[in-house]
Amino acid sequence: MPIGNLAAFLQYVMLILFSVMMAALIFIMVPRAAAAAERIQQVLDTEATLCDPDEPAEISDPHGVVEFRDVEFRYPGAQDAVLCNISFTARPGQTTAVVGSTGSGKTTLVNLIPRFYDVTSGSVSIDGVDVRQMRQEDLWQLIGVVPQKAFLFSGTVASNLRYGDESATDEALWHALETAQATDFVTEMTDGLGGEIDQGGTNVSGGQRQRLAIARAIVKKPKVYVFDDSFSALDFKTDQQLRAALRKETHDATVIIVAQRVGTIMHADQIVVLDSGEIVGKGTHEQLMETCETYREIVYSQLSREEVA
Amino acid sequence: MSGPGSSGHDSGGRSGPGMGPGSGASAPRPGGFSGPGGRRGRMGGGFGPPGHGMMIPAEKPRHFRRTLRRLLGELGPERPKIVLVMAVALISTAGTVFGPKILGTGINKLMDGLIGKELGRFLPAGTTHQQAVTLLQQSHNPLADLVAGTNAVPGVGVDFGALGMVLLGLTALYLTATFFTWVAWYTMAGVSQRTVYRLRRDVDLKLARLPLKYFDTHPRGDTLSRVTNDIDNIANTLQQSLTQMITSVATIIGVLAMMFWISPMLAAISLLVLPIAAGLTVLIARRSQKQFGAQWERTGVLNGQVEESHTGHMIVKSFGHQEDAIRRFDEENERVYDASFRAQFISGIIQPTMNFVSNLNYVAIGVLGGIQVASGTMSLGDVQAFIQYSRSFTMPITQTASIANLLQSTMASAERVFELLDEAEEIPDVDQPEVLVNAQGHVGLEGVGFRYAPETPLIDDLNADIRSGEVLAIVGPTGAGKTTVVNLLMRFYEIDAGAIKVDGIDTRHLTRDNLRRTFGMVLQDTWLFGGTIRENIAYGREDATEEEIVAAAKAAHVDHFVRTMPEGYDTVIDDDASNLSQGEKQLLTIARAFLANPQILILDEATSSVDTRTEVLVQQAMARLMKGRTAFVIAHRLSTIRHADEILVMDHGKIVEQGSHDELIARHGFYYDLYNSQFEEAIAEAV
Repeated sequence: MPIGNLAAFLQYVMLILFSVMMAALIFIMVPRAAAAAERIQQVLDTEATLCDPDEPAEISDPHGVVEFRDVEFRYPGAQDAVLCNISFTARPGQTTAVVGSTGSGKTTLVNLIPRFYDVTSGSVSIDGVDVRQMRQEDLWQLIGVVPQKAFLFSGTVASNLRYGDESATDEALWHALETAQATDFVTEMTDGLGGEIDQGGTNVSGGQRQRLAIARAIVKKPKVYVFDDSFSALDFKTDQQLRAALRKETHDATVIIVAQRVGTIMHADQIVVLDSGEIVGKGTHEQLMETCETYREIVYSQLSREEVA
Repeated sequence: MSGPGSSGHDSGGRSGPGMGPGSGASAPRPGGFSGPGGRRGRMGGGFGPPGHGMMIPAEKPRHFRRTLRRLLGELGPERPKIVLVMAVALISTAGTVFGPKILGTGINKLMDGLIGKELGRFLPAGTTHQQAVTLLQQSHNPLADLVAGTNAVPGVGVDFGALGMVLLGLTALYLTATFFTWVAWYTMAGVSQRTVYRLRRDVDLKLARLPLKYFDTHPRGDTLSRVTNDIDNIANTLQQSLTQMITSVATIIGVLAMMFWISPMLAAISLLVLPIAAGLTVLIARRSQKQFGAQWERTGVLNGQVEESHTGHMIVKSFGHQEDAIRRFDEENERVYDASFRAQFISGIIQPTMNFVSNLNYVAIGVLGGIQVASGTMSLGDVQAFIQYSRSFTMPITQTASIANLLQSTMASAERVFELLDEAEEIPDVDQPEVLVNAQGHVGLEGVGFRYAPETPLIDDLNADIRSGEVLAIVGPTGAGKTTVVNLLMRFYEIDAGAIKVDGIDTRHLTRDNLRRTFGMVLQDTWLFGGTIRENIAYGREDATEEEIVAAAKAAHVDHFVRTMPEGYDTVIDDDASNLSQGEKQLLTIARAFLANPQILILDEATSSVDTRTEVLVQQAMARLMKGRTAFVIAHRLSTIRHADEILVMDHGKIVEQGSHDELIARHGFYYDLYNSQFEEAIAEAV
C-alpha cells in the first residue's frame, strides 16, 4: 500500500468519525423536533367551532335588547350542564344584575352574550337576532365587556383606552376616566394619558386596573355593557360613585352586571338570582326579598340582620 | 396608590415605596417569557430562535474583575481539589499533545521498513543504512535525500515488533489521558456542586434574614430567578468551563510547542493563517452579531406580543381587535424572519470560510512538508503529526473564545447572586432579649412614627393604648395602606420613632420569633403549604395533639368540611391549595389561629371572593376567635367597627383620624363621610 494512501486513509477516518458524531447529534435532535412538531400540529389541527354564518344577519338600528331563551350550556364532554333553563330579557336603559354564589354559573352566563361559547340548546339573541346568526365582528361591536380579571395591554393609558375606538379624542378619554372614577390617579401619573402601562398592567393596582378597564369599555360606547364582577376590587365608596356616574353614561344602553356585593346590585331594575346554574329568582330587590330564599340568604350574609332591619 | 401592599388585600399591584414602573430594569421578567433585555436562551417558553451558542450576546456584568475575584473566593475551600484538577488536566492534555508525535514515529518505522525492502531489491543484504545512502548519492539517484532522511536498512522489512511497541505505547498513552480527563471531570463536578451548594445555602439563609421591605420592593420572579437560574448558570460554568478552559489553554500551548519542535517553518506558516482566519471571522461575526442582536430583540417583542394577546384573548376578541392582533403579529413575525435569516445566513458563512482557510493551510503544509520529506530534511511521520496538530489547533481556540463569552454571562449571574447576598438585612435581634410568655395582650403605641420613604411621612406620633381584650379597628378606602400598621406591629418594618410595647415590653427588646408567636394572623391572602390539612392546622403549634387539632377545627367550623374530604385530616393540600375554595382556606387559617391560641390577633375581614354561605361561617369563626383576645382588625363589617374600642381611620397611607365610633361620627370628618357612604345608604335601602 502506498504511503500516500495511508495519509489519505487517516484523513478519511477522521472525516467519518466527525460525520458519525454529527449524525448521532441529529438522532438526538430529531425526536425532540418531532415531539415539538406534533404539539404544533395539534394546535393547527384544532377546528374552530365558532364560525361566522355564511349569510350573516345584520342589525340595521341596534337597540341592544339581550334575550336568553331556554338556554342550556354544558362544556364538551361534561355530564352536568353549567346552565339550564335560563330565560330572561335585558332591556336598553335598564340594569340587569346577575347574582349567585361561587360556581353558580354567572360568568359562564355572561360569556354566552359575546359568543365566547355557543349555547348547547336554546338561544341568546340581540334585538331578536340570534348571536350565532351574526358576524362575530358585528356582534362584538355592540358589546363592551369588562371581564373579571381586568386586563391591560402594554403601552400607555391612552392606547389602552382607545382599544375600543381608535378615533376617540382626548376629551372623550378624560370623560370616560371621570365616569370610571379614574381621573385622580391618571392625573397623578407622570405623563397623564401618556402614562406607561406595563405588560398585563402590573404597574397599577388591582382597583386601578379595574377602573381603567371600565373606562376602556365606556370609550367604546357599546349598546350592551357587560360587567363581570368588575367592581370587586373597589371600596364601597368608589363603587357607589362609579355606578352613579355610569348610570348617566349608559342611560340608553343595556347594562348587565355580575356581582357578589349586594350593595352593587341592589338598585338594578332586574336581578337574576342563579343557584347551581338555574334561575331561582327574578325581579327587583324588594320583590326578591319577599319571594326568594336564596336572595335573602345572600343579602343577610353581607348585612347582618340588625343592619337590614 | 400607597402602602407597601405586601400581604394587603387592597392593593393588587405590588406598588411598594421606591418601586415605580420599570424599576426592575435590570431584572428579567418573572415567568418564562423572555422580553427584550431579559436573559434569553436559558429560559423556556416562547419562540427561541435557534442560534449558535457563542453567538448569543452575553449579558455583561458591571464589575467583571471584582465579581470574578469574589467568585474565586467562593472556591477557596476547594483550592487543593482545584490544584488537583489542574494537574490532572495538564497530564491528560500532555497525552493528547504527544499522541500524534508518537504516531509519527510509528509511521517512520513503517516507512523505514518499506524503503528498506525496496532497497533490498538491488542492494545486497548486509549493506548498512550509511552505505546505501552513499551508494545512492554516488549514482545521483534523486531518492538519495529521501532515504537519507529515514533509518531504512536495505533488505530489512518493516520491524513489526517495534511498530507494535509504538502502537501499544500509543494506546497506553491515550488510555491514561482518558483516565485523567475522567478524574478531572469527576473532581470538578464535586468542586462546582459543593460550591454551588454552599452558595444556595448562603442565599437561603440570607432570604430568611432579609426584611419584608426587600420583598416588597423586588419582584418575586426576580428573586426566584436569582436563586434558581443564576445559581444554575454558575454551576454549569464552574463544571464545564473551568475544566475546558484549563485543557484548552494547555492544548494550545502544547500543540504550538510540538509544532515548533517538529518544524519551525511549517509552524510559522500555520500561525500566519491564524490572523487571516481570525480577521475573517471577526469581520463576519461583527455583522452577524448585529443581526443576532436584532433577532433576539425582535423575538422578545414577538413573544411579549403573543403572551399579551393570549392572556388578554377575551378583550382582544370582544373589542374586535382580532384582525389587528393578527396583523401586528404578522408584521413582527416578518421582522423576526428578516433578522433571523440574515443572522443565520451570515453566520453560516463562517464555517465554510474557516474550512477554506484551514484547507489552504493544509495544502501549504502538504506541499512544503512533501518537499522537505523528499529532500530528507523531515520525516514523513513528522509531516503526518504536524498535519494532525494543525487540525486540532483551531478547536481549542474557538472553545476558549466561547468560554470567554460564557464567562461574561456567568459573571453577570454571579453578580446578581452576590447583590442579593449583600442586601441590607433586618436589624438583628438584641443580644439579651426579654422573653414574653403568656402575654396579657396589652398593646401600647407610644408616639410611633414611620415612613416607607424618608421624604413622605406616613405616621407621625401615633398613640394608642389597647388593653387586654379590646378591639382596634383599622378602616379606610381601598389602597389606604391599612396593612402598614400590621407590618409595624409584627416588626416586618422598623418604626422610625416612638415605641410599640406589648405588656409594657418594647417589641424591639424581644426576639422577632417571640413577638410573632405572641400574635396570631388571619389575613385574606391565606397561606397554606403543600402538606396534609392536619399539618397545616398544626403549623402554629407543632406539639399539638390530635384532640387539640380537631377542637381547633371545630371552633373554626371547618371540622365538618374536613371530614367530607376523601382522606379527612390526612387530605393533602397542593402547593397552591387549588383543591380548596378561598373561604375554606380562610377557615383553615382561623383553625390554625385557634390552635396557636395567641393573646393578640391581627385579622383581615375582607372576604371578597368568598361565597355567601361560607362567609357566614368565616364571620362566626372570627367573632368566636376574637372573644377575650386583643384584636387588631382590618375592618369591613359595620358591627365590628361599631363595637371597636378604638378606630384608626386611614387614607393615602396616613392615619387621618383616630377615636371611638361615636367620637368620630361627632367629628363629621373623613370617617363620617366614609361611614355614611359605605354603610348608611346600604342599610337604608336594604330595609
